[in-house]
Amino acid sequence: MKTYQPIDAFARDAEPEVKASVYSTSKAKYDKRLASLSTGFTAPDDLRKLAGQIKQHTIEHLDQYLEQAVTNLENNGAKVHFASTPEDANQTILGIMQSINASRMIKSKSMVSEEIHLNAFLEKHGLESVESDLGEFIVQLDDDMPSHIVTPIIHKNRRQIATTFEKHGLGDYNDDPETITRRARKYLREKYLEAEVGLTGANFLSAESGRVAIVTNEGNARFSISANRTHIVLLGIEKLVPRDKDLALYLNLLARSATGQQLTVYTQFLNAPKSADQPDGPEQLHVVFLDNGRSEILGGEFKSILRCIRCGACLNVCPVYRQSSGHAYRAVYPGPVGAVLSPLLKSNSYPDFADLPKASSLCGACNEVCPVDIPLPELLLRHRNKSKIEHQKKAAAGTPPLGAWAELCSHPTLWKTTLATGKAMNHLPIDKMPIPPIQAWTHSRELPEFRGGKFRKWFKQRKS
Amino acid sequence: MSRSNIFQSIQQATQSIPAEAKTPLPDWKPGDLQSAFTPQDQADLWEVFKDRFIAVNGKVIEDTSEFQDILQSEPGSKLYVDPLVFQSIQPLAEGMNLEICQTFDVDHVDDYPISVTLAAGIIAETGTVIIKENQTSSRLSALAPWTHITLVDKRTTVYATLLDAISDLADDPYVVFITGPSKTADVEGILIEGVHGPGEQICLRI
Ligand code: SF4
Repeated sequence: MKTYQPIDAFARDAEPEVKASVYSTSKAKYDKRLASLSTGFTAPDDLRKLAGQIKQHTIEHLDQYLEQAVTNLENNGAKVHFASTPEDANQTILGIMQSINASRMIKSKSMVSEEIHLNAFLEKHGLESVESDLGEFIVQLDDDMPSHIVTPIIHKNRRQIATTFEKHGLGDYNDDPETITRRARKYLREKYLEAEVGLTGANFLSAESGRVAIVTNEGNARFSISANRTHIVLLGIEKLVPRDKDLALYLNLLARSATGQQLTVYTQFLNAPKSADQPDGPEQLHVVFLDNGRSEILGGEFKSILRCIRCGACLNVCPVYRQSSGHAYRAVYPGPVGAVLSPLLKSNSYPDFADLPKASSLCGACNEVCPVDIPLPELLLRHRNKSKIEHQKKAAAGTPPLGAWAELCSHPTLWKTTLATGKAMNHLPIDKMPIPPIQAWTHSRELPEFRGGKFRKWFKQRKS
Repeated sequence: MSRSNIFQSIQQATQSIPAEAKTPLPDWKPGDLQSAFTPQDQADLWEVFKDRFIAVNGKVIEDTSEFQDILQSEPGSKLYVDPLVFQSIQPLAEGMNLEICQTFDVDHVDDYPISVTLAAGIIAETGTVIIKENQTSSRLSALAPWTHITLVDKRTTVYATLLDAISDLADDPYVVFITGPSKTADVEGILIEGVHGPGEQICLRI
């Protein structure tokens, strides 16, 4: 069956098992989120709006806040680096590792590191980089891509994971989730202790203090900040919040929106290298800011996407994501946020991703759940408009030509005749016609009965 | 080079927004965040903490014999006791066939099934234990053992809310808010505790 939009095609061909697990996990997450927000706060919607405004304010004054954050970080003893492109960021990290003769890195989950393809880059330079988040570790073993920004292996089941572990010498086949977890614990523990460098992302950075907030449920970020002498924080330039107190607001919203928890198990605040009498932890703290097109987004009509706190709630609620899974979006950031962001990132080319904004029914659910109130459907529409103006080929895939329709609409007599003959369509076996666009449509939907002409009739008979 | 380019590009962007179109920084008050945290909860913060810590699968022990039972479950092993809590813990652990250690050997992190360190604070609202760099003698000692026990005593600050605790971070280089045992639901959404950090998170108040 020919289907024109790449996401439709992906969804059509996806394994039923994958679809089922993506659907059920994302739905469960959505339900938990709702419960935790409504039992936690009497007016969660007001908090979303507040959080959106603070972030919007921050990005609209990003130069000031970034300056303030950098000054504070440097005063606290961190070394700050800036990278315009993924290549710059990779080179910076390589440079840090080479400067201390390090050959092994242990990584906590970081979407920015996915964005710059750090693992592949370091491997190419003969350095080891091991993912320590359980899901990311499995993705790495499989040479796969995460398919969700919070739950990277939402598309895998335990049997696939057990086979992967067996293949990589992590014990005999065993698909008990507890056994899988214990084996990863044992294996990764050695990796933490061996690595010279730990790397984490940042969920937030307070400009006021230069404090980095990082959350994980597993404890992997804690290990990477405790077991190594050098620590690197890799983050996008938009991760700032103005004040420390804002962290309380965002941490509350992030945990609830991402996993339905009141607070993530480990919420840690990293402010500086370790203190002198502390035996564990980094003596050197590096903070690497990545731009990769963000500063350009800031100047345009899509700037509100930079408010995103990567909670994944818009993925979980999206009917298209639930049906197609994250890999359908062919980029690091899937779902509605990815459909807006992926075409804009510097390392991606707009024409290649111009179809993503079409992958939405514009139902508005993503905007409703977004903890920073990003008008995602509106941004998707702006993309569609932009693509139309720029004649983006990918964005036009699956759109039927409307020339004949326009012709029809501008000729009243032709219109009337068509209405009269339209009824005949009800008696034709439309779904059997060998016309690909019609078949693609009728494959999963039923064509409603043609009932045209009623309005004209009513209008004629109406008493004025 | 990158730094000035990026700043330039950001400045260009922010300056292109007319001043009147810019979003002002909204202020918010603690009350905005605490709507479900009713005043009667404040009456006994310890009780609230207990309920909520237990709700996230943490354990609370208020009785010495229960604490000793836990120690006894690992006979012959090493027990790490942070020098900051040694005075309180040593008498309880004495004569128990445990090797009490006050230094944590990073080359043998798996030799310590249990560790006891100081709770720098607790947060009632979220059921959270706080450990701070300056009140934890070894970061790894509070992370690597399967069972991590934090002692709550008069040095422990009791915070009503997450916001109160965040407002008191001061310039400590590394603070961790612990809300339950280490966990994952990565494999088919099934909850498994003890991924990288402790599988048992215990709060001790005697
Ligand atoms: S766009 Fe909103 S809902 Fe989606 S990941 Fe970002 S913050 Fe979460």
